[in-house]
Amino acid sequence: MSETPPTRAAARAAVAVGVATAAYGISFGALAVAAGLDVWQTCFLSLVMFTGGSQFALVGVLAAGGLAAGPSAVASAALLGSRNVFYALRMSPVIGSGWFTRVAAAHLTIDESVAVSTAQSAPRPQRVGFWVTGLVVFVGWNITTLIGALIGNLIGDVSAYGLDAGAAAAFLGLLWPRLKQLQAQAVAVAAGVVAALLTPVLAPGLPVIVAAGVAVVVGLTNWLGPHGGPAGSETAEITPIEGMPS
Amino acid sequence: MTLWQLIILASIACFALKFVGYLIPPALFARPRPARVANLLTIALLAALIAVQTFGQGEKLVLDARVPAVLAAAGLYALKVPFIVVVIVAAGVAAGIRALT
Repeated sequence: MSETPPTRAAARAAVAVGVATAAYGISFGALAVAAGLDVWQTCFLSLVMFTGGSQFALVGVLAAGGLAAGPSAVASAALLGSRNVFYALRMSPVIGSGWFTRVAAAHLTIDESVAVSTAQSAPRPQRVGFWVTGLVVFVGWNITTLIGALIGNLIGDVSAYGLDAGAAAAFLGLLWPRLKQLQAQAVAVAAGVVAALLTPVLAPGLPVIVAAGVAVVVGLTNWLGPHGGPAGSETAEITPIEGMPS
Repeated sequence: MTLWQLIILASIACFALKFVGYLIPPALFARPRPARVANLLTIALLAALIAVQTFGQGEKLVLDARVPAVLAAAGLYALKVPFIVVVIVAAGVAAGIRALT
């Protein structure tokens, strides 16, 4: 059976996005080992958690606060993963029924697979875009995570090499494409200020959780947000990604 | 809790969130408000993590080599330089400043 041109285009886009994204598993692997995880724990996260933002958050909070900040680290990872609920809602009709299909789809529900899928206009290219992107990212992200973890093990001391600054730069890379609207920019600045100001006051990890409250307040009141427009137009905004990890 | 327990717990939580979206009927949650909060939550958490990672040292705030490194990273992202290059340059800037001071 030969595929239609839109389906082939979806598959091509999926592979391009998947390969570009997967390469950044190297930075995750290196930073996770620098934060005190061993190679197995680092690879476990990429295999089982498989959502880049949450993975970076978990190791970031552990790097700053150690095991004592564990609960905050888990909460940060889960809060960052909450957007995946809305990605899954959007993918649900695309994926179709069947328990195995839905469990597999859930695991592959990340920024990239959803972004490629929603960029397609017909059901079959949407489905192909989702699965191909998810699988390519999954395989590549896990291979590059292992490589990064092994490199991190070799080079040792973190601060001498500037890996802590690299971690901040990695978070900035995840944030950057999401800052197109004024509301997003305001939330980012306010959350950053809140987290910094609370750092000397609260236990490590907690400032990040409290700063998330900024999003809840602004989100519920829609302060500085777009008004009007067709109903449902702002459900689960998906950021188009150019080679950013999930 | 051990490191392994934390990792497993967080992984289960993240998978459960993904799976929940496939269990509930889309109409139930397809309203703008929860989606908007989730979207802004991502932004607030990433910004907070950047602030702590840039200025925090334990429970202190410090200005050190990480600040120029993150500023350099912001400039490079504005110029659409690829992620991996920016991360390496930022680490290099911080390492360079530390080596010189």
